[in-house]
Amino acid sequence: MATFNLNINGKKQQVDVDPATPMLWVLRDHLNLVGTKYGCGIAQCGACTIHLGDVAMRSCQLTVSQVGNQPVTTIEGLSETGDHPVQKAWLEHDVAQCGYCQAGQIMNAAAFLKANPNASDEEIEAAMNGNICRCGTYTRIKAAIKTAAG
Amino acid sequence: MAAIDTSYDRRSFLKTTALAGGGIKLGFNWLTSCQPTAEEILAMPKEWFNFNAYLKIGENGVVTIFSPNPEFGQNLMTSMPMIVAEELDVDWKNVLVEQAPHDPVRFPPGAFGQFTGGSRGIMTKWEPLRNAGAAAKHMLKEAAAQAWQVPAAEITTEGGVLKHEKSGKSAGYGEMAAAAAKIPVPEQPVLKGVKDFKLIGKSQKNVEGQKIVTGKPMFGVDYKVDGMLIAMVEHPPAFGLKLKSVDDSAARAMPGIKDVFSIKTYNDGFEKSMFDANAFPELVAIVGNSTWEVMQAKKALKIEWESITAYSETVTGFGGKQSVNVPAGLENSDDHHAKMAALAAKPGKVVRRNGDPEAAFKKAAKVIERSYSCPHLAHNCMEPMNFFADVKGDKVKVAGPLQAPGIIEPTLAARMGIPLENIEIEMTRMGGGFGRRAYSHYMVEAALISQKVNAPVKLIYTREDDMTNGIYRPAYHAVYRAALDENNNLIGFHVKAGGIPESPLYADRFPAGAIDNYLAEDWKIESNITIGAFRAPRSNFIAGAEQSFLDELAEAMGKDPIEFRLELLKRARENPVGEQNDYDAARYAGVLELVREKSGWGKTEPAAGVSRGVAAYFCHASYAAHVLDLTIENGKPVVQKITSAIDCGIVVNPDAAANMTEGAVTDGIGNALYGEMTFKGGVAEKTNFDKYRMIRMSEAPKAIEVHFVQNEIAPTGMGEPPFPPIFGALANALYKATGKRVYRQPFLGEQPVAG
Repeated sequence: MATFNLNINGKKQQVDVDPATPMLWVLRDHLNLVGTKYGCGIAQCGACTIHLGDVAMRSCQLTVSQVGNQPVTTIEGLSETGDHPVQKAWLEHDVAQCGYCQAGQIMNAAAFLKANPNASDEEIEAAMNGNICRCGTYTRIKAAIKTAAG
Repeated sequence: MAAIDTSYDRRSFLKTTALAGGGIKLGFNWLTSCQPTAEEILAMPKEWFNFNAYLKIGENGVVTIFSPNPEFGQNLMTSMPMIVAEELDVDWKNVLVEQAPHDPVRFPPGAFGQFTGGSRGIMTKWEPLRNAGAAAKHMLKEAAAQAWQVPAAEITTEGGVLKHEKSGKSAGYGEMAAAAAKIPVPEQPVLKGVKDFKLIGKSQKNVEGQKIVTGKPMFGVDYKVDGMLIAMVEHPPAFGLKLKSVDDSAARAMPGIKDVFSIKTYNDGFEKSMFDANAFPELVAIVGNSTWEVMQAKKALKIEWESITAYSETVTGFGGKQSVNVPAGLENSDDHHAKMAALAAKPGKVVRRNGDPEAAFKKAAKVIERSYSCPHLAHNCMEPMNFFADVKGDKVKVAGPLQAPGIIEPTLAARMGIPLENIEIEMTRMGGGFGRRAYSHYMVEAALISQKVNAPVKLIYTREDDMTNGIYRPAYHAVYRAALDENNNLIGFHVKAGGIPESPLYADRFPAGAIDNYLAEDWKIESNITIGAFRAPRSNFIAGAEQSFLDELAEAMGKDPIEFRLELLKRARENPVGEQNDYDAARYAGVLELVREKSGWGKTEPAAGVSRGVAAYFCHASYAAHVLDLTIENGKPVVQKITSAIDCGIVVNPDAAANMTEGAVTDGIGNALYGEMTFKGGVAEKTNFDKYRMIRMSEAPKAIEVHFVQNEIAPTGMGEPPFPPIFGALANALYKATGKRVYRQPFLGEQPVAG
């Protein structure tokens, strides 16, 4: 066990956990931020995507000890009132079916669009290929990303 | 009919909602506003007046509608309340939606109770939901009539307002709610005419959309109460094995671990239902403080396993009780396929015969015979199996994702030795279902673990547990034969199909009824690998096989594939063969005609390099047809466009139904091209998404266009019907693109389609 001082969604948080604990479980079990989802635990599905600084990361493979003082953003902190352009576009296209993967999809899309505001369809597909949607809402996800890009 | 749904005892309802209120205490807010944005939060009423099982009205006119069935992505939680709101004549903006708890008194198990599956949600709740809204509207009108001393028949309703034109009086529903709640519940409330629908048929956004995009706790895996422990289970590593002994010394010594013990999911002699499918009824449970700690300690368990012995059990299914033989041994997928091919070559059990098929084949100028097969599939719901349980003495509270609460509750009651009334089931939103969560053994496991450690517990399966302790889609095999005369007329048809351990055949479905000489046979092979419902069970294989064969047949007969199907359907409609045909040939032809028109089939040539395939199917009381356009790029198929035509009767929420169709075709393409669970020595070989290939965004269709047949038929199935025919449309388009027919799923696996 060790103590870690984290910066999560703009707030200072302290946790006392095994240094090898993935951020996924620090967020879910210790900080009650359950919007970040467990899907595979091996960085193959993208359900656990968060932002480390501005970069989308799979939180199941990011240990708490690797975070240091870099700011972490989760779906709960993407926007204060749920009005990030990507979230709004998701609602406009009524993307979700079961909804379980969508937080990860949104986090991945938001980081991607910030770095690539004028992405082509192929670039969007390449960027989003690591995020599985078992319900098959990919066509709506892509449409929503294009709407969010403006 | 109406009496069941509207004469519900309002006092017991109050009790139930008080219990369900515990959810809010736990940090959950199940209330969901139909307002799409956070700025427009509805003012909560000071007082609620209960009208029936499905709705209550506040003094300020706000209406809460309870969605009776659990939700796993079909958008029932929006569509079901829409039906109530339609008949109630309330403005959708003034509606709050709440997931009802499981309550067989409030929602009688008759019309499949609170079961979400088999595409039965809207189909079976259509009347109860309409009656609930109409009954409340009747009571409001009666209350207004008494208050204003005017005939109730002269009162009109619109947007939550009661009006009496002659006297000029009007009142909001909230003003009349207190008095109306005391009016006797009508047994047979008057329902609207379909033409008068204002809300049904107009797309409404998912009522949980805002929660989903902001990551609010809503899934079972998100459930948490003070003092809750985390549990995981270890199941045998192979089908055909069972627990022998556990050395838990290393695991117990690891940080955060509270207890390790084995659990038995059923009492000896318990008579199972088909939804108690479970190959691993004895498990090792490990309980601790946090998920990560339990995951680590689970790996340190040293467990000895031993072979099971063959056994027989009596299982209650839809067709009554039946005896099931479960063999011992460690099975292999390669053996499965060899055994299926061998049985396919022998006579099967005749399940339908029309005319003289043997004579037709004997005199045929040409016989076409083709074999089709598919592997087991894992459901791979994105939210792994999990459940919360808190057992206190003889009272059990459970919460989590499940499709069939009414079916698993008796299993839990029997295991705990308590009456059903002592069990409270809270239904959380499910991160996918696809049939898997109709088999909720994990709920019983969670309760047994909570009982043993005497604390609230959340049981979570790892992805590997979820994938390797599956209730898989069976492996199937089908042989189709057609007899053609010298003029290329179809004079005989023969299908023989089977699987491990069930047959996929529906002998009374198309093209049965359209061909004079018809023979259907089936067979099955026993297995100890658990199988169960997977989005349109059986249909999801046999549709692709049949629709591929009809395509090949049309080609051999020199006919257009759609025209050929329509000719057969014309025969089935005008002069059907046999009397047991389970489809409506006119509705079936309707979707083919609609998809032909909308896709420009036969009129506009697809662009250069684009290959088209068509398929249609009937299941779950609905009809679906797809035209699929694909190109081959770098040796891989790229689905450019899908045009779908669906007849599911009245479409309650069109955009949500379109979303379901888009998902179904994408899911189908993924499973057809890549989906496969293989077994070796009883071991499920694919354990996570690095080995089990799922369709991803770059492989999804580039465009999907969904069209619905407009009619006034009461709604039929929607979740499953668009899924089975996409396998055939894809196979037929692949043939056009490559000149090679595909007979064995997955069509691609990791292989390129060409070159």
